[in-house]
Parts: sequence; C-alpha cells; structure tokens
Amino acid sequence: MTTRLHAADLAAQLADGSVTSVEATQAQLDRIAAVDGDLNAFLHVDAEGALATAADVDARRAAGETLPTLAGVPIAVKDLINTAGQPTTAGSKILEGWVPPYDATVVGRLRAAGLPILGKTNLDEFAMGSSNEHSAYGPARNPWDTSRIPGGSSGGSAAAVAAFEAPLALGTDTGGSIRQPGAMTGIVGVKPTYGGVSRYGVIAMASSLDQVGPMARSVLDAALLHEVVAGHDPRDSTSIDAPVPSVVEAARRGDVAGLRIGVVREFAGEGFQPGVQRRFDEAVAKLADAGAEIVEVSCPSFTHGIAAYYLVMPSEVSSNLARFDAMRYGLRVSPEGNPSPSAEQVMAATRDAGLGDEVKRRIILGTYALSSGYYDAYYGSAQKVRTLIAQDFNTAFAQVDVLFSPTAPTTAWRLGEKSDDPLAMYLEDVCTIPANLAGVPGISVPIGLADDSGLPVGGQFLAPAQADDRLYNAGAALERLVPAPVLEEVVR
Amino acid sequence: MSTQTKTPLVPFDEALTRYEPVMGLEVHVELGTNTKMFCGCATEFGAEPNTQVCPVCLGLPGALPVVNAKAVESAIRIGLALNCEIAEWCRFARKNYFYPDQPKNFQTSQYDEPIAFDGYTDVEVDGEVYRIEIERAHMEEDTGKSLHVGGATGRIHGADHSLLDYNRAGIPLIEIVTRTIEVPGDKAPLVARAYVNQLRDLMVALGVSDARMDQGSLRADVNLSLRPAGTTALGTRSETKNVNSFRSVERAVRYEVGRHAGILDAGQKVVQETRHFHESDGTTSPGREKSDAEDYRYFPEPDLAPVAPSRAWVEELRGTLPEPPSERRKRLQAEWDFSDLDMRDTIGAGALELVAATVAAGAAPQAARKWWLGELARRSNDTGVDLADLPITPEQVAGIQALIDAGRLNDKLARDVFDGVLAGEGTPEEVVASRGLELVSDDGALGEAVDQAIAANPDVADKIRDGKVQAAGALIGAVMKQMRGQADAGRVRELILERLS
Repeated sequence: MTTRLHAADLAAQLADGSVTSVEATQAQLDRIAAVDGDLNAFLHVDAEGALATAADVDARRAAGETLPTLAGVPIAVKDLINTAGQPTTAGSKILEGWVPPYDATVVGRLRAAGLPILGKTNLDEFAMGSSNEHSAYGPARNPWDTSRIPGGSSGGSAAAVAAFEAPLALGTDTGGSIRQPGAMTGIVGVKPTYGGVSRYGVIAMASSLDQVGPMARSVLDAALLHEVVAGHDPRDSTSIDAPVPSVVEAARRGDVAGLRIGVVREFAGEGFQPGVQRRFDEAVAKLADAGAEIVEVSCPSFTHGIAAYYLVMPSEVSSNLARFDAMRYGLRVSPEGNPSPSAEQVMAATRDAGLGDEVKRRIILGTYALSSGYYDAYYGSAQKVRTLIAQDFNTAFAQVDVLFSPTAPTTAWRLGEKSDDPLAMYLEDVCTIPANLAGVPGISVPIGLADDSGLPVGGQFLAPAQADDRLYNAGAALERLVPAPVLEEVVR
Repeated sequence: MSTQTKTPLVPFDEALTRYEPVMGLEVHVELGTNTKMFCGCATEFGAEPNTQVCPVCLGLPGALPVVNAKAVESAIRIGLALNCEIAEWCRFARKNYFYPDQPKNFQTSQYDEPIAFDGYTDVEVDGEVYRIEIERAHMEEDTGKSLHVGGATGRIHGADHSLLDYNRAGIPLIEIVTRTIEVPGDKAPLVARAYVNQLRDLMVALGVSDARMDQGSLRADVNLSLRPAGTTALGTRSETKNVNSFRSVERAVRYEVGRHAGILDAGQKVVQETRHFHESDGTTSPGREKSDAEDYRYFPEPDLAPVAPSRAWVEELRGTLPEPPSERRKRLQAEWDFSDLDMRDTIGAGALELVAATVAAGAAPQAARKWWLGELARRSNDTGVDLADLPITPEQVAGIQALIDAGRLNDKLARDVFDGVLAGEGTPEEVVASRGLELVSDDGALGEAVDQAIAANPDVADKIRDGKVQAAGALIGAVMKQMRGQADAGRVRELILERLS
C-alpha cells in the first residue's frame, strides 16, 4: 500500500520501477475518496490533472529520462496558493469559484519537479485561525479524532498528510499555521526562514510574516520538498538571493551530539497542558542523553509576541484584503432593495456577504491600529516589540545553536470549544509567533501522544535566519529518539 | 459638497490690495519607462483598454510588486536636477483607500521617506529670478482610469455605468511637491506657470518623460490660500486638481485668488476642498470635500525591500544631468545674441526650449523666435492649446524657415504652410506640394504676368520709364495679385525694371 509510505520511500519505489506514479496517485485519490468525507481536508480534488502529471512522469521515466527526486510523488496544496486552472478560494466565499490565471512560483516549481497535484486543501479563511473552524467551507477535522480540530490554518494539509491522503503537502505559516497543525496531527511541519520560499502567487494574509513551507510524515520528506520549493524568486522582492541551506543533507545527518539546545524559560508553566509538558520534558532528556548540551535561555520579549502579532498581522490584513472588492474578480453582491447601487455600495455589500467574522474582526482591528492618531501607539509600538524579539533571538543564538519548545501549549481541542473565545484561540500561537515576527525558521516534529489526552504533541526547534539546515538536523535526530506516533486509521 | 453661499469674484488686482496669495504646487510626472513601476507591463499611451495588464497591476490575489530600477534611476536624476538630497535608504508605503480604478485598493507610494527631498529650482519671470523650494520628490504608481458612461457630463453623477481601464494602473509617477511659494501677488500666476513650464523642460532635458500636459503625463495641482496683506498666518487652502496646461495653471491661480477674496470679504470661511478647473471658462468648481475622515492609513509597504541607492551610483547619475536651467538660459542668450527683452519674452511665452530645438534643427535664432512668439503664439492663444502642445514640431518650424531661406516661400505663404501642418496635412514639404504653395520664380510665367500688368497700367509704366523707380511697387502689387501671392517679389521687380528701362 503506497499511501502509507514516506515520500522518500515512494520516490525510491518509483525510481526502481516497483510502482508507477499513476498507481501511487490513484491510490491517493482512492484514499481521499474513502476518508475525506469525514475529514473535509480537501476543498477541491483534481484527479484528472494529478493523473495526467503522473502519466507524464511515468512516460518520461520509461523513456530513460533522469527525473528530480520527488517526480511522481503526489502532493496536496493549501488552497491559499494559486494553481492556474484549478480553483483557489483561500477558504473564503469571496473567492468561491475563482480560478487563478497564473501559478504561484512554488506551484510552478512543483510542476517542474513532476509532483502530481492532488488538489487544494482546507484552511481557515485567508489563513486566519488556529483550528480550521473559520473555513467558509466547513472545518477540516483531525484524523486522530474527528470531533477535534486539526489545528490551523493549514489544517486541511495537516489532516491530509496525517490521514495518508497525501504523503506531502504545502502549507503557509504566518503565526504558526504550519507548525501548530503539524503538532496537532502528529506530522512534521516547517516554516522556512522568511524570504527562503517565494510568496509570489500565495494569497497574502500578512506580507511580512507569511511563509510557505513543507508538511510531511518525516523530517527527510519535509527536507526533500523544501529543496523543491525554496530558493530565490525575482518576482518576490522579499525573497533571499542566496543558496538554499542543504536541508536534505542535514535531515540525513540527524546528529545532536555536541549541539547546544536552548530551552526557552518563558514557554512553560501557566497555560501549558501537563500532558504536553511531560512529553516535552522527556524529549529534552532524550536529546541530552544523545549528547546535546541543554541550556536554559530567557527570551523575555517573547511574552509580548502575541500582542505585537495581533497588531502587525491585522494591520497588513486590512490592507492586503482590500482588493477583494467585486470589481475585477470573485464574488459580487448587489445591496438589497437598491436597483442602481454605486460601486462603493457593491463593494460594501460584497465584503459584508463574502467575508467571515474572523476576517472582519482582523480587518477592523488592523484598520483601527493604522488609523491616524493611533498608528504610533499600536502599529509603531508593535514594530518596536518585533525588534526586541529579534534581539532576544540574537542573544539566544549567541549562546545556543537552536531553541527548543513545545510547538503549542495544548493538544487538539474539540470543534467549537474555543469558538466563542477568540483570545483563547490566539494564545495557542504563543510559541510559534516569535519566529514569524523575527523571520527565523522553525520546525515542528511529533514527540508522542500526550498521556492526558491521547493526542499528538509537537516539539519545535527554532534556528537563526538562513540556518534552516539546523532545524532539519535537530529534527531528524529527535525523530529517531522519539518515534512519531502512527495513526492506524481515522478515528471517527 | 460646499454649503457656503456663492460670493462674488473679486477682480485679481483688487484682491491683491487686501490679500497676499500663498501657493503650493504638486506636479505629477509620468515617467517614460518602457515598463510599469512594479511589473513588466508596457506603458504605451493610447493602447486598447486593459491590454497592458498582468496579475501584478490588476492586483490579482497573490501577486507581488518588484521595483522598476529604471524608475528609481529617473527619480534620482529628477531629484538631483532639482538640487535635492537623495535618501540613502527609503521605503515605499501603502496609501489605503477604496476606489474602483485602484486595483489593490491601496496605492503603492512613498510617504515619510521620499527618495529626494530638500531641493530648489530657480525660475525666471519678467527678468526676475524666483527660487522655488522643493519639499520632496517621491515615487508612486498611477491608478487606472474610470470612464463614466451615460451621464451628460462624463462625470460620475448621472452616469448609467462606469468602465475601467487598468492600462495606466501601475505606470510610474514622480510627485514633486514644493514648499509654500510666497512671491509678490501680481507675479504669483506667472511664477506658477513658469515653474510648471520649467519642470516640463527639465523632464524633457533629462529624457525621463515626454511631460505632455495635454496627455496627462505631466499634471499639476495648484494649492492656494490667501491671507490679509502684511500677516503671516496661513489661510485655508483649496486644491485645484489636474490643471492640464501651463496657461491653465496661470488662470487657475488668478481665479482662485479672486474667489478666495470674495469669500473672505464676505466674512466667510474658505472650505478646504479639492476643486476642478474648467478650461472653457477658466473657473473652478468643488470636487470632493477633504474631510478629516479621509485617513489613508499609511504604513511601510511590506512586499518591497527598501531602496538604498549607493552614493557612488548617485554621483554617477549626477554626471548625467543636463545643464541647470539658469545656466542654460544665460548660455543660450549669448549664443543667440538675444537682447534681455527678447529673452524675457521668449521665456515668458514658454518658448525657450521650442526655440532652442528649432535652432538646433537649423533655423536662425531670430527666425525661430519670430515664428514661436508671433504666428504660433497667436494660434496658441486662439485655441487655448499650449505652444508646446500645438501639433507642430520645432523640426517642422525649422523646415518651413528653410524653405523661406531657399526662396521657395515668402512669409505669407509660410503662414499657409503653418495652417496645413497644424491641420495635420503632413510635413511642410507635403503641405507645399498638396496646397500648391511654392513661389513662382520661373521667368516664363512671371514675364507673362508682368507684361499684362504693364499693359493694364500704362500710366504707371510711363512713370517708371521716366525714372520713378519707386512706382514699380504698384506693378509688383498687381503681379502678386494676379499670381495669388505666389510670385517671387524680387524677381518680379527685376523683370519690370528690365522691361521699362
């Protein structure tokens, strides 16, 4: 059964001819057909397109062509990332049915590398949420317990990979949206260094924070995908023009002997579920046993991360989402009882009908934070906090090679449990947000099931900007020390 | 909309007895780059609507901007030509407001970190030099165009529907903002006009823009307020938008002085608002009222890296600057051997660069001046089209003068050639040919006309035979009449004297 294979192993089988890409792709499509009714991980499945790519790869391989490592390995793509000819909704009604006329750079790279694209995965609307409950197309569900959330915003990608619907997926991470659902579903998720992966063609939530990254069932798989999508893109001015760190090599190494690992003092205690804390402490102990030097470090500004994030992010959101105005594409709603509305009235009616409550909440917050008279106090102060957080990282990385913390303070909660309490939901991102604010990379690796909830727990490594290889090295080591929990079947 | 009652317009000169005008000018220059500010789309003027667009300039989801390096280079050169400091590090900002012709509903502009700042340029009016201080010159992108269909006025009110053309969206603009301009009131309209004219000349000399006001590639906003004579506090200003000729800049200042004076005389308050200028009657009318509610929520553009021009590059660009305007004026005056008065009139007419280009194309300076300040200035006044925007090039003017110099046209025929060229009938040579305007100097045809004139005027012929050579004028006149002005008068005279001596 190829659906349970890691991408690296499937790639090896494709290369030695023991399975074809068409077979592997069809197996994933069958798996999606079997379980996605329960998971709602996919918003759109493109069987035809995926099989066509697979057949093309098979034909080229049969013709003796040398193909990229992951050629023929199917992948799922978060529905925030443009795919020419396939709908891209951002999980919002305002883009229902919109088909982008162009590919995101990362999608172009997937196509060039021969990965069949299975379809587009569910997400919180415009990636705004930590539970996937804010999708306009219904929540994706956690395969470990379908009454629970898979995390967010890349919840569909996480659920798809965890439930063997796809061996690989692309997610996006603005405040933890790859790492946190990775942790909640027991898979690996990486937020690369800001600028490491092109954002061109990725629908922007918060431009200075967004980053595309890989999601997979092993650290090596994530690294293989990382190398496909990363690297300079002249279409993205914030893209780094430097060689991509050798993450595959690092993932194969996986050696923490002598590595200095900093444990962040601020990421423990109140708000952290005891079952999460216990798994984390065990992981630290095992890393120490394997030869890592464990150092407690303090990053006092990290505790202000959420506050700063909820000013910077909504500010950028309020501007980035202004373009959804019914004038050029997407939903258009005419106000009721007005036979000849003005453009402004159509814009207002469309945005009222087409955007969800969480999106509106953030647009309102951001509009307020940028207003004349409030800008310095809110946006300006938040940017200063960002600088302080970056300084804390610098100080920490002068002492240690990587930082280590729980990815999220809790395991997956029940659908609806935090719906009425946006603040509680925001606090779930406490450990992941500092990396986005400072632009540094992070990885979440499964560290077992919490003994109090029986659900997956993730451990997060953070590294200095452009040292993504350190994440893969440490993550691969941890993966060997603490084997990932294996999902037998979707728990309904 | 303005709620104040209409107050009478005070004559300009009278207004100046009680008030002093304070001006500020904001000029937008559309750069002549091949591609847009943040994408690779073409910028050609007049293309079919929505054919020069892409995901970036349409603001499609996921699209990202990339700065056009050529536009930055042009911005720096403009800044240097205006004696500005060039920022060592500056960012773009987002100016947020909803409008259908703006694809992203924010304009990518610069806010508190302009690429160029703290400069000046010296303009000359009636022989006096006035220093215009430049606060800033910054980069931004243009918006698309809305076309309102179905209403009587072409404006949004009363229109059935609107069409949007995004070809212009994302075209690079440089906005040049002056500090307040305080000059003797009677000079204010001319100084404003001279400044805009000088900017145009500079842009053309820099080669960064064709700077055509009639096509909107150079657009001026005139801010004006009045204060009681002898006081210093600034009054409330009006902002007259998109004034689209040099002449209109002057007229807009004059009109607003009179309008403000009327309001202040009546003890009312000037409303801070934008106004539209009407070419037809030289008046302005209210546009949007600028309320305090207009909050653009500027913040640094997170999708673009900061612009940090190296000092070496800036110095390299400084080496590419054209001659500064004041030096250029001095040099040209000497080269052309113009009197101070000639020069003043030429500058005042906004014809300096036109004369220079005409001279460069081969015409004598005085001849070039004569045509631009005489015949063509008259047509400019009659039609309300700026000299520079008349549909005739300096090369064509020089061409007509060359025909005169070659004896193939006289001044009268030349005027007909101007008519033809301005009416779009082709080059001077083509007009001469199609209209049959060439002077007749062929002795056969002329001799016949001379003989007829002598026969028809025997008494005049006798006077000439008696030695009264000056009487030949009457015969020449008769020949010219016969030849419908197309005779070479010198040759006619020679033929008459040959026959009657």
